[in-house]
Formats: sequence, structure tokens, C-alpha cells
Amino acid sequence: MEQAGYAFVDILIVLAKVIVVIGINLLMVMILTLGERRIAGFIQDRYGPNRVGPQGMLQPVADGVKFFFKEEVIPSKAEKVIYVLAPALVLGPALLTFAVIPFGGPLSVVGKEIQLQIAELNVGILYIFALLSLSVYGLVLGGWASNSKYPLMGGLRSAAQMVSYEISMGLAVIGIIMITGSLRLSDVVMHQNELLFGFLPHWNIFLQPLGFIIFIVAAYAETNRVPFDLPEAEPELVGGYHTEYSSMKFASFMMGEYIALITSSALMTTLYFGGWDFPYVDESSLGIWGVLLSIIAFAVKTGFFLFLYLWVRWTLPRFRYDQLMGLGWKVMIPLALFNIIITGVVMSLL
Amino acid sequence: MAEVKDMLKTAEEYKDNFYDYVYDPKEEHILLNFGPSHPATHGTLRLVLELDGERVIKCVPDLGYLHHGFEKLGEYKSYNQAVTITDRMNYLSSFNNNLAYILAVEKLFGIEVTPRAKYFRVILAELSRISDHLVSVGTQTMDLGAFTVLLYLWRERENIYNLFESLTGTRLTLGYARVGGFARDRDIPPDFFAQTQKVLNGIPHTLDDVEKLLSGNRIWLDRTVGVGMITKEAAASYGITGPSLRAAGVPWDIRVAEPYSGYEDFDFDIAVADHGDVNDRYAVRLEEILQSIRIIKQAMENFPEGELNVDPDSKVMMPAKDKVYGSIEGLIYQFEIVMTNRGARAPKGEAYVATEAPNGELGFYIISNNGRGPYRFRVRPPSFYNYQIIPPLVEGRLLSDVVAVLSSLNIIAGELDR
Repeated sequence: MEQAGYAFVDILIVLAKVIVVIGINLLMVMILTLGERRIAGFIQDRYGPNRVGPQGMLQPVADGVKFFFKEEVIPSKAEKVIYVLAPALVLGPALLTFAVIPFGGPLSVVGKEIQLQIAELNVGILYIFALLSLSVYGLVLGGWASNSKYPLMGGLRSAAQMVSYEISMGLAVIGIIMITGSLRLSDVVMHQNELLFGFLPHWNIFLQPLGFIIFIVAAYAETNRVPFDLPEAEPELVGGYHTEYSSMKFASFMMGEYIALITSSALMTTLYFGGWDFPYVDESSLGIWGVLLSIIAFAVKTGFFLFLYLWVRWTLPRFRYDQLMGLGWKVMIPLALFNIIITGVVMSLL
Repeated sequence: MAEVKDMLKTAEEYKDNFYDYVYDPKEEHILLNFGPSHPATHGTLRLVLELDGERVIKCVPDLGYLHHGFEKLGEYKSYNQAVTITDRMNYLSSFNNNLAYILAVEKLFGIEVTPRAKYFRVILAELSRISDHLVSVGTQTMDLGAFTVLLYLWRERENIYNLFESLTGTRLTLGYARVGGFARDRDIPPDFFAQTQKVLNGIPHTLDDVEKLLSGNRIWLDRTVGVGMITKEAAASYGITGPSLRAAGVPWDIRVAEPYSGYEDFDFDIAVADHGDVNDRYAVRLEEILQSIRIIKQAMENFPEGELNVDPDSKVMMPAKDKVYGSIEGLIYQFEIVMTNRGARAPKGEAYVATEAPNGELGFYIISNNGRGPYRFRVRPPSFYNYQIIPPLVEGRLLSDVVAVLSSLNIIAGELDR
């Protein structure tokens, strides 16, 4: 990517990567909507949807068709432009975030090295945080534009929550930036590609355990999942910011939420669990099989974090608003700052 | 928590109808209708909340959305027909309602049921109490976000409902008690006790799971400890009964204080907690489930022999079907009860019986004017009294606490509005 202009082939390659990544993301959303309900069923000792297709596999398709044919209800006093725009504001940034995440090792085809990453930005981490901040607008504006009380409160809750947890999330990642010395996500992955003390994978989880805990808690808050699902807390705010939304607009909010789940799981994998690195194996020596192995490693790790999301959702109760803010400002941010200090001290000693 | 005097003062303030309450738009508060159609109201309750951001400034409960006119309806039914009305009050534990009502009617008639019937009523009442507490704890946890616990408890409730179904043919509204016994001309099914034993053995395991998920959970404790605290004095002045009263530290249980239907024969503890907050009400309910299991096991072990229903010669009870078809007396008794211009008539008088329903004191006050049915039919539902304490509990707290308090008091709209 260093050369001045893209060759036609390069554009084709980027296009192919974009299509594949978006396609896989949307497919994963379908799988997740089913998986969430099946796993909930498994955890709660019941079946979950198992009627449409074998083992309910076609349930997401049925749901999608249903959403398309649902009546579109726009509240008469809604701020129409913003009301319509809000779901797109959630879905768009969520889809864009995945662009900088490397999902496999470099692939060389006929002497050309292709990075399995849509855009190899040198400020990848900053880009991700910028887009994460954008996604809050969709929720706040959607809640406000509905001109209804419960969505408004949901929107305000999400604004307060996402802004405050973004800070601790960013501070937690600073530890990694210090270790890696780069904001480029592919560098972060390459840096984790070795062995630590000769037997542990050189993953950041072992170097930054505290940072990871802060990061994962903040990521749960950023994606509005239990125990931080206050913006849509059903028994309190009916549906939260999407109470007044119906049909595909509602589905867009849902898709945005699930894509955010996928992205944050992929981010946890990339930042703390070695990205596409398969421990104890040198992927570059295996050729095409190494690339395949790296993609599988990335998928399995991301899948694990997705499962963790679902697992936590069906296990924990929900925080209260003041407790959530207290945790964010009084516990997480000091801990994240402490983590930075520790990292700095250890790095200067070594 | 406020002192008694303050509590009474707040109660005084709320005596006025909420329609008189003037909302001042200058204060920039939100006026929020919490219900009647809202996921946390589990029915049709309505709270009018004045919110400053998330903080509740004023809370005015409104009721009447599920008003059926049960009390008036009861005056047009015969004594046995009115049993089905009582089913629909606290629909989570319909047999407890049946029992309270039928005890009042039997007091009016002056009938003493057989020991077997007494014990069987205790068994069914305690099973109903367990199922009510299971749902109550389950919805409480669901409202705080722990949805899985609800379904664990729901599974146990399902087992209990299967028992009811095998016995009565219905699951939710049993309508099973009759003046003088039960709506059944045969004895209890032979494997009923074995099945009950099996169901009861499963419940403590589920409760263990629930305890593991919640009782030490930091989020759960943060959400429930110190929230919605009811002091002993406040509980007394508001007329709070049942688990909410016992959670406040008052060991008052009508099953012990004024035993009815043979409760004096059983050995069980009154579950009591100290602080009267949401977590204590949850703990008291879980403990009461275990105590109910103890009672049922004792009742099944010492189950008396003999007839289940009183003798048909007393002319209040339907004779068994084989007697109806096989003997002239049986046929006459049958018609005496079924025909609309005949039937058992209670002597003139009035009776009130208070029982310990899952939510608190459930009493039926019945006046007889020597008719086939009650002349006046009045219910003392626990939810009506428990509902009144909500404003002082939630004012000054956050919206999420309204949900926690509401579900911990287990307000059943059918019973509240009648």
C-alpha cells in the first residue's frame, strides 16, 4: 500500500475484502440472533426457536422477512428526519469499525502480499475509538427524535454510559500502545506473535491482565449489554431508545448492536489475545495453510468472546444508573490510570 | 428511613385523589405514566411518577384498571359458585383464595370438615404458596435483569401446576374447594403423594441454584440491599402483612397466631429478616418455600384416614355420583343442591376468617341473609394494603428502584382491584 496510486488489481482486492467482511459480518448477525436465543434456551433449560428449518437454522431468515413486511409506524410527533436517520447512524459506524481489524495472516498470491485487513491504517486504534464515539449519536438522537419519554430516557442513559466508559476503555488500551509502540492494529498483532518466557504465547492478556479486565467491562458497557443494558432496560424503560421503532428500523438497531458485539469481540481478540495468532505455530512457514489457520484462530477466539457476551447476558442482573456511573468514574478510570502507571514503571525497569 | 411520624405524614398527604395533584411545568420535571401497560407492572398497575431526571420526586399510585366487581358478583352467586370468583383474585395462588373464602362460608354454616380434608387443604394451600413465591421471586429477579432465574423457578412452578392438573383438571384457577370439602366425589388419586414428593424434592436444588446466582452476587446486593426499606412501625401503620411484614422483622404469621384448617398440628418456623429491604423480602420468600415443603411433608406423613368430604346428609355437599345414580336419597340431595330455588342456605349471620395467603393476610367477610349465596361479600386483600406503601418507599430514589420495590411487594392487580 506504500505506492502512490492503487493499481486496478489493488482496488479489486480491496473491494473483494470489503464485500467478504461485510457479508461475513451480516451473516454473523443472523447466526447471533439465532445463537443468542438458542444459547439462552440452553442456559435456561428450555428449547429456544427450533421450528423453522433444521434446529431452527432458518429462524433468522424468517425474522428478516417478517421485519421487512412489518408495518412502518412513525410517531406523529416524531422529528421525522432524525428519526429515520438514527438507525443508520447506529448501523453505519458499527459496520465501518471492522475495517481496520486484521482477521488473518498475510496472504501471498502470485508474488503479491495481501494483508487480510480492509484498511491498514497507521492510526487503527484511534479510528476505532472515533467510530465507537459516533455510534452513541444514533442512540441519543433516536431516543430524542421519537418524542416519547421512555426512549428519551433510554437515549440519555446511553449517552452518559457510553461517554463515561469510553474514557476507561481508551485508558486501558494506552497500556497496549505503550508496549507495542504503534497504533497500527497489524503491529499489535505481530507484536503478540512470539513466545513469552519461552512457553507462554506473547499475548497482551499476560502482559496487561488488569487492562484487559477494564477493557472487557468497558466494552460490555459500550455495547449496552447486560449487566450494563440500561439504555434498553425492558422492565424499566419498556424498550429504551428503540421503543417507538418498528419494522426494519428496529431491525437496524438490532443489527447495529450485534455488529458492535462482533467488532468488540474481534477487538478483544486483536488487542489482548494475539489476534489471528495461533500459538506455538509459525503461520508464515505453512503458506496458504498458515493463512487458513490464522483465520480459524481469529474466528475461534472471536467466537469465544461472542459466547461470553451471551453467557454473561443470561447470568447477571442489571446495574442501577447511579451504580453504573459510580463504577465508571470512581473505579474504572482510576484503575485504568493505575494500569498505565504500572505499565510505565515496569517498562522503564526492564 | 423516615420515622413513623414522618411516614404517617406522607400517608396523610396521599389521601387526596391524585387528580387534584397539580403538576408544575416550571420545575422542568417529567411526568411519567408508569403503567398501566408496562413490562414491570405485571398486570395493570399504574404509578404516576414525577421525575427529575431519573430521580422520583413524587409517586402517586392509581388503581382500578383490573376492577372486575368480584365483590358485587359474589352476591349473585351461590356459595359454591362464588369459589370460581375467588380463583381470579390472586391468580398465582388460587387455592389460598379458595381456602380463605370457603373457611368463612363454613364458619357461617357451622360445618366442621373432616381431618382428612383439613390436611389436604393444607397441602394444596402450601403448594399454592410455593408456586406463588416462585413466581414472585422470579419476576423480582427478572425485573432486575436476571432473566434466567425466572425460568429456573418457572420450571418448578410448572411441576406444581402439573400436580394440580392431575388432581383438578385445571392448572391456574383451581376452583377446587367446596363447602364441606372438595369438588371431587372420589378420593385423592393414588399416586398424588408420590408425585408431590418428587416435585418437592426438586425444589431445594433449584433454590440452591438461585442462591448461587444471586445471594452473593455483588450487582444483586447493590440493587436490593437498603432499597425499599420498610420499618416495623411503618409496616404496622400501613397494615402491611405477609412476607413484607416478616422481612421487616415482625414474626407475625396467621398460620401460627390464629391457626386454621389444622395448621396447629404442624411444626414449622416463621421466616423473619431484619431490615425489610428488597433483599430481605426475597430471602424471606425463599425461606418460606422451604418451610412450606416441611409442612407438606408432615401433612403427607400423618395424613388421616377416613372420608375426604363431609357427609352428604348435611345437605351442603354434593353426594357421590354412584349415590346419585344408585339411591333415591342421593338423587334428592343432588337436586336439592343443584336446583336454583333450593340449595343449602346458611343461617343468618356474618363471618370473617383471616388466612395467611402468600402475600399476606387474606380475609373474607361474608354476611348471610339466609340465602343461597352471600348477602354481602367483602375481601380483605393483602395487595391493597401492601400497594399503599409504595410512594414513601420510592420517592427520592431512582426509577430503577421503583421496579425493584414494586416487584418485591408482589402486587397482584386482580387481588388489588377485585
